[in-house]
Amino acid sequence: MGNSSVQPVMPRSWRVDTKPHKFCPGCGHPLILKCLGQAIDELGIQDRVVFGCDIGCSLLSWDFFDLDTVQTHHGRTTPVMTGIKRARPGLICIAYMGDGGGYSIGVQHLVSAAARGEKITAVLANNTQYAMTGGQMAPTTLPGQKTETTPYGRDPETTGFPLPGQDMVSSVAGEGAYVARGSIANPRQLKSFLKKALENQMSEKGFSFIEALSACPTNWRTNASETWDFVERKMPAYFKAGEIKVPAGGQGEVQKDG
Amino acid sequence: MQKLFENEKKAFMTGNEVVAWAALAAKADIMYGYPITPQNEIMHYWTRLAPKFDKKFLQTEDELSAGFTTIGGVMAGRKAFTATAGPGNTLMQEPMSMAEMMRLPTVVVVQQRGGPSTATVIYSQQEVNMTALGGNGEGLRIVYSTSSHQELFDYTIKAFNTAWKYRFPTFVLGDGYQAKMRESLTLYEPESRGINLIEPEPYLGKAGVPGVDRPPAQFRNTFSMEEELYELLMGYVKDYEKIMPEVAEYQSSGVEDADLVIVGHGIVFRAIRAAVDTLRRRGLKVGYFRPVTLRPLSIPQIRELTAGVKKMLVVESAYGQLARLIKEVAYGGTAEMLTMYRPGVGITAEEVEAEAEKILK
Amino acid sequence: MGETTKIVLAGEGGQGVQSVAGIIAEAANEEGRQALYIPNFGVEQRGGVSVAYVQISDSIIGSPKFQTGDIVVALSGRAVRRSSRYVGSNTTFIYDSGIEGVEGELPRNAGMILPIPAIETAKKDFHPRVFNIIIMGAVVGATGVIPLESAKEAVEKKLGYKFEKQPKLRELNFKAMERGVELVAEAAKYQPV
Repeated sequence: MGNSSVQPVMPRSWRVDTKPHKFCPGCGHPLILKCLGQAIDELGIQDRVVFGCDIGCSLLSWDFFDLDTVQTHHGRTTPVMTGIKRARPGLICIAYMGDGGGYSIGVQHLVSAAARGEKITAVLANNTQYAMTGGQMAPTTLPGQKTETTPYGRDPETTGFPLPGQDMVSSVAGEGAYVARGSIANPRQLKSFLKKALENQMSEKGFSFIEALSACPTNWRTNASETWDFVERKMPAYFKAGEIKVPAGGQGEVQKDG
Repeated sequence: MQKLFENEKKAFMTGNEVVAWAALAAKADIMYGYPITPQNEIMHYWTRLAPKFDKKFLQTEDELSAGFTTIGGVMAGRKAFTATAGPGNTLMQEPMSMAEMMRLPTVVVVQQRGGPSTATVIYSQQEVNMTALGGNGEGLRIVYSTSSHQELFDYTIKAFNTAWKYRFPTFVLGDGYQAKMRESLTLYEPESRGINLIEPEPYLGKAGVPGVDRPPAQFRNTFSMEEELYELLMGYVKDYEKIMPEVAEYQSSGVEDADLVIVGHGIVFRAIRAAVDTLRRRGLKVGYFRPVTLRPLSIPQIRELTAGVKKMLVVESAYGQLARLIKEVAYGGTAEMLTMYRPGVGITAEEVEAEAEKILK
Repeated sequence: MGETTKIVLAGEGGQGVQSVAGIIAEAANEEGRQALYIPNFGVEQRGGVSVAYVQISDSIIGSPKFQTGDIVVALSGRAVRRSSRYVGSNTTFIYDSGIEGVEGELPRNAGMILPIPAIETAKKDFHPRVFNIIIMGAVVGATGVIPLESAKEAVEKKLGYKFEKQPKLRELNFKAMERGVELVAEAAKYQPV
């Protein structure tokens, strides 16, 4: 018996003709994008979402959804989405980036957008290194973790500790901000965080930011069980999942029309 | 929107104020900006005028963001612009290379200051290389170099039309003198002079559900294959070359019988014109050629010139940035190319006159 | 290209040379003439000599800065030294006669050198604050680029809101300007040939 009759259920907002996707086997991106697609479906906002992605592996999502999409430069998704939102507040803008884009080369954009309370949703995939460029150290690389630029393991003495990006963002974000960290290890929770983040934008409360712990077996050079061990056990030791900041008084009325 | 002026209005103001009024007259919707001297007052005037005309402004965290938010604004279908100078223009090259790749109608006003690096906040013509050819690409842009407040007004309005018509990033190249000096000009509603303002249209966020009612609008600047990029770029180059004769503008006088043609752009052109005027009155056969667009240049006219006249003198407040562009076009011409370079400092009519006299002696 | 009048005003920060230059240029513009005013700006504007360049013409004006002024006005010792470079054989050089120790540094190549007691006159006959209005009168008198009446109108436009509250101020300013015209005329009379 063939297995062709069993098709995984794709979110409605996924673009079918670009599947199978371009990510490596075992990559965390498609899992994050599945949760995001489901959240978009459940909110019924496919007609007014604009999706932006960075340089880096996230760029492979430029034709991933049946959503209007723009692929930008490293870390610049945040200002591009900010520019769109400011010009057309009726659109729902999602800036999708990696940890290099959000926490390093584009950190000023992420922090400033949070500080200004831009009504956009930033989603950051944390896989503890630069994947597209071949596995160099990122701000999120764990102490002792080997990368191409820390071949003997990251030494916090000379390269610092993993950047607490969520704390950084939530400390500058205003009252109406929603900041949470989920993981591909818990898709149900990740989806609910993404949905709340989008609702936060729709209710015009403020900035919303989701970090998603992701996986990169290609650059980690891990097998399936080692990969899951890294995501479920090693990463949470530094990056705790959960809601870090929720708007005072809940999320309020969601604006249904664009 | 209410009328800005009753037909026409004579004014006396700084160049930065002129730009803000021109952007309003062009029906720009939103400005994104980051402070840097000498362009700051463009933002100052815009932020004072904008709310009265239902326009928007965002002060960004840096020029990268100012450029990328401007990109967001135009992709959302709004007439968006920014202004910068010097080291800010350096940062602006990153977003503008994306605008080039995606054929986005961004408008950037550059008020040149001294360079390289921080240099002076005063004046120069040293941002020609960067504005015309910056970024990691081929310089598929349109650059208007203005020489007076009237032109600053006219060409800022024109820049929005050019950008939205041809979909190449468009620049208005001014300088610190133009930014800060005050002079007479006439403000007007473009429509009252028969100028038809081109309506912007969205790249993203059009009506309907993507994938259901219409294909999704998806834009990228990344390509896996060399050939894929080549095809795309050659298409752009072809488009660019096709519009060159329509877009390129120049001004020239007295070149037909000239022994010497003086070439310069922007505010330096004023010194050249005054010098040529004086020299002509004294019976010397001198003419001038001034490119109004630095990208694209008026190639046939420059070729004709360099094949016809004996000597050409390129004058600029930079060390050969304009001359390099001119010489490339002039290659093969017989005119002797002389230069007068004053990087980072203003050039007076008297200085041009003296240089020309020395050459003609 | 028609005749262009070129004016350089140089003084210490706070002496008001930039506002005088701006008002003169604006008045000329109101008269329907071409006018261009450019301040020296940059780091020097803080604590350095403040220089203003004005050009007024009936046709197109050339470069915003120039080498030789028709009228060069210097209001401090440093301004005398700084502005001498703009003096040529046809230049009228005006300076405040109260500036001490500049005798040896005056631009002797000038067509005319006119010392005027503007600071002293302002202090004695008017109010120290109208010093720049006296200077404005001197420039108007020396150049004739705009009629005195338009200069007054331009001042009215700038300071009208103050004059409304204190009508005496209007008279004070206008008188000061007239005195500026007289000071230049008197100085020219005693000009050694």
